Amino acid sequence: MSLKRHDHVHESSTPYRHPPRPDLDDALTHHKAMEIALRELLIEKGVFTADDVRRQVEDMDSRSPAQGARVVAKAWTDPAYKKLLLTDGGEACAAAGFERGPYKLIVVENTADTHNVVVCTLCSCYPRWLLGLPPDWYKSRAYRSRLVREPRAVLREFGTEIPNHVTVRVHDSTADMRYLVLPQRPPATEGWDEERLAALVTRDAMIGVSVPCAA
Amino acid sequence: MPEANLDPRRSHHDMGGLPAGPVEASEHDYALWEKRVDAILSLLFKKGLMTVDEMRRNIESLGPDAYDRMSYYERWIEAAARTMIERGFVTVDELGRKMAEVQSRADAGA
Amino acid sequence: MPAPEAVQARFREGDRVAVRNAYPLGHVRTPFYARGKRGVVERLCGFYPNPEELAYARPGLPKEPLYRVRFRQSDLWPDYSGAPRDTVDIEIYQHWLEGAP
Repeated sequence: MSLKRHDHVHESSTPYRHPPRPDLDDALTHHKAMEIALRELLIEKGVFTADDVRRQVEDMDSRSPAQGARVVAKAWTDPAYKKLLLTDGGEACAAAGFERGPYKLIVVENTADTHNVVVCTLCSCYPRWLLGLPPDWYKSRAYRSRLVREPRAVLREFGTEIPNHVTVRVHDSTADMRYLVLPQRPPATEGWDEERLAALVTRDAMIGVSVPCAA
Repeated sequence: MPEANLDPRRSHHDMGGLPAGPVEASEHDYALWEKRVDAILSLLFKKGLMTVDEMRRNIESLGPDAYDRMSYYERWIEAAARTMIERGFVTVDELGRKMAEVQSRADAGA
Repeated sequence: MPAPEAVQARFREGDRVAVRNAYPLGHVRTPFYARGKRGVVERLCGFYPNPEELAYARPGLPKEPLYRVRFRQSDLWPDYSGAPRDTVDIEIYQHWLEGAP
């Protein structure tokens, strides 16, 4: 996978930041002050409590692509579940013990002749309740501009080459739907249990910029 | 087409199809303040006190310069503050005073 | 008579549709690159309040049909260099669509 780090002129709409930064590290910026101020005002006015905020942060922290990976692994091992996942994504999430989610989840299946990939060109819509927060690049100018226009070139930048006989379908998450790519189960994984299979499923594969492989 | 992004009919955020550089697969661990922005928004949405649509409108109307200069969560906290003012939950003056207070605390080395 | 809860769906899966060539200001969820383009209805997603109205803290009712419309890449970009069957699926509200014979 070709990860491009420090050596490019940054054209993303999100400026590059050195990961990770402790909160106290930097001086108070205008927007950090805005966050503190707005939060304190809303707490003072009884809109929510400090505890509400803390719990909400913890809730988001607890969500990760591992949840989506389990849903995928279940679909790989259980044909009835896979059918449910493809017809009613929310119901399938609930059946796997996860939240149904506030939006309708459309699950798109990769096959031998179709490869799916997801973007939100207008902002950053993403199935956060299932996968957690999206990566910076998903929200970047480069990804949002180029994926709908030249998906194969963008996929190539992620180290993913889709042969010409395979159709590439881009899904632009413009309104009330959210998307999950159901990747193809890698070959040479016969007899693997769900846990072992789930470990193969990356966030990037569920967005569609990469494909899982049984390394 | 290089001229496409100068089309006055196209809003700055509506970037599908425009030319751009390589996708940088860089990521960063979210800072606590960013997670708190996310948390504040989620709480306000859940309580029905604002909609994601108002937030998006406020982000879209930041103007191209601000949109590009600001980070993702800077845009969101600014849009949240604007929406809260529009909705009447806070006034401009309240926000200004509180932000000044926050700044003084920081200056005093709190 | 109470107002209808939702606008009636005019299109169904398989219908050929065109996105209107309109460029209003305000909060619009039909991307610029799709305006004036022709595609096929992939599915009716459901009925949702109009985000153009929700953006101004108005209810956006009655709910409106939201479709996924499938566009051929070669119909979106004159110089598309990927495979001929490549597509983009976009969620579009009914009021942006017209029937295209």
